[in-house]
Amino acid sequence: MIVLALALTVAVLYAAGTYLLFQRNLSRIVIGLALLTHGANLLLLLAGGRAGRPPIVGAEGGPAADPVPQALALTAIVITFGSTAFLLALAYRSWLLTRSDEVEDDVEDVRIATMTALREREAEEEIVVDEEAS
Amino acid sequence: MTPLLPVIVPFGAAAISLALGRRHALRRSLGVLALVANLVASVLLLQEVRDGSVVTVVVGDWPAPIGISVVVDLFSAIMLSVASLMLLAVFVYAIGSSRTDDTTLFFHPVYLLLASGVSASFVTGDLFNLFVAFEMTLVCSYVLITLGGSKPQVRHGTTYVVISLLASTLFVTAVGLVYAATGTVNMADLAVKLQAIDPALREALSVLFLVVFGIKAAIFPLFFWLPDSYPTAAAPVTAIFAGLLTKVGVYAIVRSQTLLFSQDTHSTLLLATAALTMTVGVLGAIAQDDVKRILSFHIVSQIGYMIFGLGLFTVAGLAATVFYVVHHILIKTTLFMVGGLIEERTGTAALRRLGGMLHTSPFLAALFLIPALSLAGVPPLSGFVAKLTLIQSGLEVGAYMTVSVALFVSILTLFSMTKIWAGVFWGAPEAPPPMPEGLESSRPRFPPLMVGSTAALVAASLLFVVAAAPLYQLGQRAAEFLFEPAQYVEAVLGP
Repeated sequence: MIVLALALTVAVLYAAGTYLLFQRNLSRIVIGLALLTHGANLLLLLAGGRAGRPPIVGAEGGPAADPVPQALALTAIVITFGSTAFLLALAYRSWLLTRSDEVEDDVEDVRIATMTALREREAEEEIVVDEEAS
Repeated sequence: MTPLLPVIVPFGAAAISLALGRRHALRRSLGVLALVANLVASVLLLQEVRDGSVVTVVVGDWPAPIGISVVVDLFSAIMLSVASLMLLAVFVYAIGSSRTDDTTLFFHPVYLLLASGVSASFVTGDLFNLFVAFEMTLVCSYVLITLGGSKPQVRHGTTYVVISLLASTLFVTAVGLVYAATGTVNMADLAVKLQAIDPALREALSVLFLVVFGIKAAIFPLFFWLPDSYPTAAAPVTAIFAGLLTKVGVYAIVRSQTLLFSQDTHSTLLLATAALTMTVGVLGAIAQDDVKRILSFHIVSQIGYMIFGLGLFTVAGLAATVFYVVHHILIKTTLFMVGGLIEERTGTAALRRLGGMLHTSPFLAALFLIPALSLAGVPPLSGFVAKLTLIQSGLEVGAYMTVSVALFVSILTLFSMTKIWAGVFWGAPEAPPPMPEGLESSRPRFPPLMVGSTAALVAASLLFVVAAAPLYQLGQRAAEFLFEPAQYVEAVLGP
């Protein structure tokens, strides 16, 4: 029962995280990533087998909870904690520089797209001029 | 020779470098010393495993599947050696550059940590440890890519951090699922235990890992972040990223597909991805008009060639991939270093503002021409040898479609290299834009350290052609070993 509830929680966290990742606001993206990593950590915990078993220290004779996924989850938590902090700092810096929370379009991409459009228009105009001349 | 040296030496040096604070001369010599030691250790390791043996260490003296294994086989040793050579060259280049302020407090420690992380990803024999090594590299790369803190750097750095974090989360997910299915994360142990699980589940895991590593390696359709984020960083940073980071992803793809999922091969999937990666990458490059952006799109295109060799799933194909990776790391790093030199000299990398450098700096033109022609695969340079082996092995299997795409993409590569050549080196010399305040008088226009390290790598790429036959044999032995997962397993777990 607990396992099912946990599995459902993992699913909800992944779904919500993915949805938030698709937003354009940086703060939502950060929260989305945080939800996703929570989901991943819960999944690691679930990978260790059924809930309710005693921890390995002090479990005498009987089956103990698998300590490996717990160690993995702890490492993953520390790493994502650091990365999320960095991303938040970056988001703050971005807000200081642009006064907006949105991820901008890539300037260079936009420039190249407009450049191509300009060239095409010029080419068309040339064709028109040629036709008129002939 | 312990295989942990290439991890420990830069790691320790990073800590000392941080403690040294603002004693710049001392920090610089410490960094160079550590990276030279790193190179020596890697080459000695390569010497040790050259006959096809494997060096293993279990950390903390726990027996293999329980303790974390460190495994160096021929493929790892080759990657380690090339990577440490690049790390050293780019470090020297960075000391010479005026645009990467190597006097900031963090450049040296972070760069050395990055070196340690890259080495760690090559030597680890444990899936979760690979994740940790990736994270070490990535966190350092976040700092390096946004080191200037300027507006475009923050904008593009954010894309990079977000996509990398997403890939990391997927990696943790994949590790969790693998652990749930098998109860181990040791790669050798996994190679055995994955064979026993449901084939459908195994296929799904295999593709999930392909996606995770594919984001790092920037294969189609997971490459969009790369040309976006690389060009804004400082020249030495872009050079080392271009040379090493995506190749760590390629290494992980090769390792996982040959060791963990050796029984079901996704040949068609990989070949199709390879062809699309090559094509889309090169078409993207043609549209750009900034030296660094053109080169960044070429990274994507070139990754396609490496995946192509793996997708053939023959010894010859994989040997060609190993050979190609080495060639590519060398050439791509050099090209970005030349790009940095152009920027250092003129203050811009935009083709429309450049021209006539053939007259003003002919030596730089030569430094660009050799790796550029090599990238396109013009004989007799290293790119030609690499592509020749790749295409021969493709023809052997009868992958005519991908072979013709590869050949066509080579022509387009040559085309976009001539575009840089025509834009930067031909034409009338542009009036050089004023140098930034304060740099005008204090710095030579071509810092000797930058030119020296670039020239050294160009010379190395020429040497690569001379030594192509023994190097290819080395690659072949590495490939043969990669196709014998049983040997790897035996080396780690014991008979």
